[in-house]
Amino acid sequence: MTLIDLANPTKFLSLTARVLPWLAGATAILLLIGFYQAAMAPDDYQQGATAKIMFVHVPNAWLAMFVWGVMSIAALGTLVWRHPLADVAAKAAVPIGAAFTFLALVTGSLWGRPMWGTYWEWDARMTSVLILFLMYLGLMALWRAVDDPSRAARAAAVLTLVGAINLPIIKFSVDWWNTLHQPAAVLRMGGTSLDKAFLIPLLVMAVGFSLLFVTLHLAAMRNEILRRRVRSLQMMQASQQAA
Amino acid sequence: MTALAALIRRDIKIALRVGGGALIGVLFFLTVTVLMPFAIGPDLALLTRLGPAILWLGALLASLLTLDRLFTADHEDGSLDLIVMGRAPLELACAAKALAHWLAAGVPLIVATPVLGLLLNLDATATSAVALTLLVGTPALTFTGMIGAALAVTLHRGGLLLAVLVLPLSIPVLIFGVAASQAAITGPLSFGTPFSILCALSLVSLVVGPFAAAASLRHGLD
Repeated sequence: MTLIDLANPTKFLSLTARVLPWLAGATAILLLIGFYQAAMAPDDYQQGATAKIMFVHVPNAWLAMFVWGVMSIAALGTLVWRHPLADVAAKAAVPIGAAFTFLALVTGSLWGRPMWGTYWEWDARMTSVLILFLMYLGLMALWRAVDDPSRAARAAAVLTLVGAINLPIIKFSVDWWNTLHQPAAVLRMGGTSLDKAFLIPLLVMAVGFSLLFVTLHLAAMRNEILRRRVRSLQMMQASQQAA
Repeated sequence: MTALAALIRRDIKIALRVGGGALIGVLFFLTVTVLMPFAIGPDLALLTRLGPAILWLGALLASLLTLDRLFTADHEDGSLDLIVMGRAPLELACAAKALAHWLAAGVPLIVATPVLGLLLNLDATATSAVALTLLVGTPALTFTGMIGAALAVTLHRGGLLLAVLVLPLSIPVLIFGVAASQAAITGPLSFGTPFSILCALSLVSLVVGPFAAAASLRHGLD
């Protein structure tokens, strides 16, 4: 089974129909374990219980960037390889990525209120994630502005690749600028600086949220394929009625 | 090379003649700047402090307003198809069109800045700092905006969609443009750091913009 075999939407539909229940189950189990472990994790010696927001905030923030990465690969698939499912994947990922970005912003804001004393600070990390959120919304607007999906797909692919420039800026914003947001703790040179008691629940949550994304993404892709079929059937019906 | 030079000359001529609308951007810039004291109140000290930000916002909006015409006029009369099919690489042709657009619509904004600085009670240092940052920063606005203009023309949608797509991309330019101006006026940061980043942003957009616009035109027009 290679990527080319999946180019046939019917094969893709039958494969995902078999895979999706397992994925959904694994997601539910992992998230349950993750939430339990997060609840059982010790309080931070400085931040107290509020540090537990991290277990939701960090996976969401990672996924906010990861989803744009997935969309960039799908954009290459649209422009370079003309893979038939690439634009379906790109389109289905946009609202999910926007939701993760929104959640990352909201949880970060709720965490910032007790810790920094403010819901919002115009710091480099937050500003760049806010820009990411705006670009997700812009992409959604672009997809909705055009009724021909293949035309919209190519335009959205170009914009996605241009927007990918933002990803390294977000990742390194905390290193380049001296800001309120803390620097990277998990993925950094010289190993993680996080204690095991926090690291393990965090990683479980990260995997759980990633599986949640994969599940939602595959389901959204199925919906998009079915939506396109309905659309072409409606077009056929309309043209038959006209003739 | 001569084809590109001819393209630049043609675009500038069209922009400056009747119906071109390049100078409307300056008029818009003036109007936005004049509106600000009505919204904030005629407090000269406050206007001095906000001046660089107001001028940068005005220039950003004015350049956005004129960008809409970058490809649509050529698309309407068919010359865009000729440019796409022409022998010159489309990336270079896009760069030439953006350069012409910047010369016709961007440079007048910078020329107008000292006059508008007077209205906002900026002194000579502040005005020249803003003008200098605009000189370096507006090419970035034009070249990133060109991506949005190319997308909009292939989708037959302009206006608000263009603004929604382009404005997030222009935020870094705005940040460092205003930061450099403020640094020159009040300190304590040095002018050089944000100014160098602004130059870097312009250079990056000079590379990325034409390629993205050309890709969008190539895939989008049919």
